[in-house]
Amino acid sequence: MALSRDGSPGWSASTAGSTLRLAGYLLLAGALMMLDRHNAWLPRLRSSGDMIVQPMWRLAGAPAQWVEDARVRLTRQAALRNENAKLRDALLLANVRIARMRALVRQNDQLKRLLDAAEMLRMQGQLARVIDIDLDPNHGRIVINRGARQGVRVGQPVVDSHGVMGQVMEVLPDTAVVLLITDPSGALPVTDARSGVRALAYGSGHGERLDLPNLPINADVRVGDELLSSGLGGRFPSGFPVAQVTALAPDRSDSYLRAEARPLAHLDRSDHVLLLRDLAEPVGPPAPATRAGPPGALVRPAAAASAQVPSSKPGGAP
Amino acid sequence: MIRADWQRWICYLSLGSAVFLLLLPMPPALLPLRPWWPALVLLYWILEAPQYIGLGTAFVTGVSADVLAGALLGDQALRLVVIAFLAQRFRARLRFFPMPQQAATVLLLLLNDCLLRWLIRAFAGMAPPLALAWISPMVGALVWPFVFLVLDGLRARVRAREP
Repeated sequence: MALSRDGSPGWSASTAGSTLRLAGYLLLAGALMMLDRHNAWLPRLRSSGDMIVQPMWRLAGAPAQWVEDARVRLTRQAALRNENAKLRDALLLANVRIARMRALVRQNDQLKRLLDAAEMLRMQGQLARVIDIDLDPNHGRIVINRGARQGVRVGQPVVDSHGVMGQVMEVLPDTAVVLLITDPSGALPVTDARSGVRALAYGSGHGERLDLPNLPINADVRVGDELLSSGLGGRFPSGFPVAQVTALAPDRSDSYLRAEARPLAHLDRSDHVLLLRDLAEPVGPPAPATRAGPPGALVRPAAAASAQVPSSKPGGAP
Repeated sequence: MIRADWQRWICYLSLGSAVFLLLLPMPPALLPLRPWWPALVLLYWILEAPQYIGLGTAFVTGVSADVLAGALLGDQALRLVVIAFLAQRFRARLRFFPMPQQAATVLLLLLNDCLLRWLIRAFAGMAPPLALAWISPMVGALVWPFVFLVLDGLRARVRAREP
């Protein structure tokens, strides 16, 4: 500012004085340029001067902001509607994609948990896919996409990530039929996880229920108890979750407790199942022989003998 | 006295806004065509009210423009001083030129300034200005009559308001 005050009266001075002043200012400007170009302290001074410059810049930028705001406000409604429609389409597409991803994630989770279960029990497992759910209330069975060619054998237990599902009943070359634990023709030895009480769980024929009809009246079973497979019978691995007790009542004769349980396996929702190969160490007695009782050769004579009972009895009794 | 003060403030204010005008954002394509506002405003005041303004004012204006633009410090200051000096030198004649002739002189001054700018950049070792920058003086000459009229009107209004 001092300079400008200095400069103002100079106008009336002689031409020589004016030229001199010009030379002075030119020198000053040149010196400034040199310093700015080759020295370090002037830029530093300038960067501190930014405190003043910064608000000026913001002020200068404000009109552009206003113009932009006005433009946004004045955008034609048709354009907006167009854009809106386009965005909605994009959103729909994105949602579909997200849903797909979510399904994949869920599937992945399920598979991982299945594998974890197999790992935990130190078992060989084979993943299979449910082909067709045949949840006829009287025949709880499903079909899986693994069969004899993949090494599936009758009797293999089938589990999903939540619990025991059933066991292979019939093997075809590329598929297998699994009898679910809810099938009325099946029974499964279980133990109460809390108290250790053993019981047999029968299929009820309803998709979501198991019956435990013959519990001792004083058995320590409560609603909410988890039932694990006991391993008795040797078919199923022991300690695998099977069902949860949902109802408990004495039966009509008051001599037994009758319990109902809900299978933990997602019998109607599981997509992937695990076929357990072999028990690492068979627990409990070996599987019952397919033919119980005396060999066929002996049966007939015995039957014949029983038929002859009336005639032989008088002779044998004394 | 008061009147003189008012005019002085109008003078400085217009110079300040001319510097500020340089900062206003513009489409990048039009940027080289932007007239050099401080020079035009400075020219007007040197022609019409030389008692308020001299080489010092030109220098200070130039330095503040440099600081605001973050450009080479002293660049605009030097060029404004040169323009102010030339305008002061030929003020007596310039004042009574008809408008087209005045605009032509402004064009010459600004072209000279462009040359100077080119020289300064060459000396400072910076890239030479764009070729398009040579159009800026013509734009400056074209808007000169409007700058002149606007500032004249402003000054007249201030003068009329004061007793």
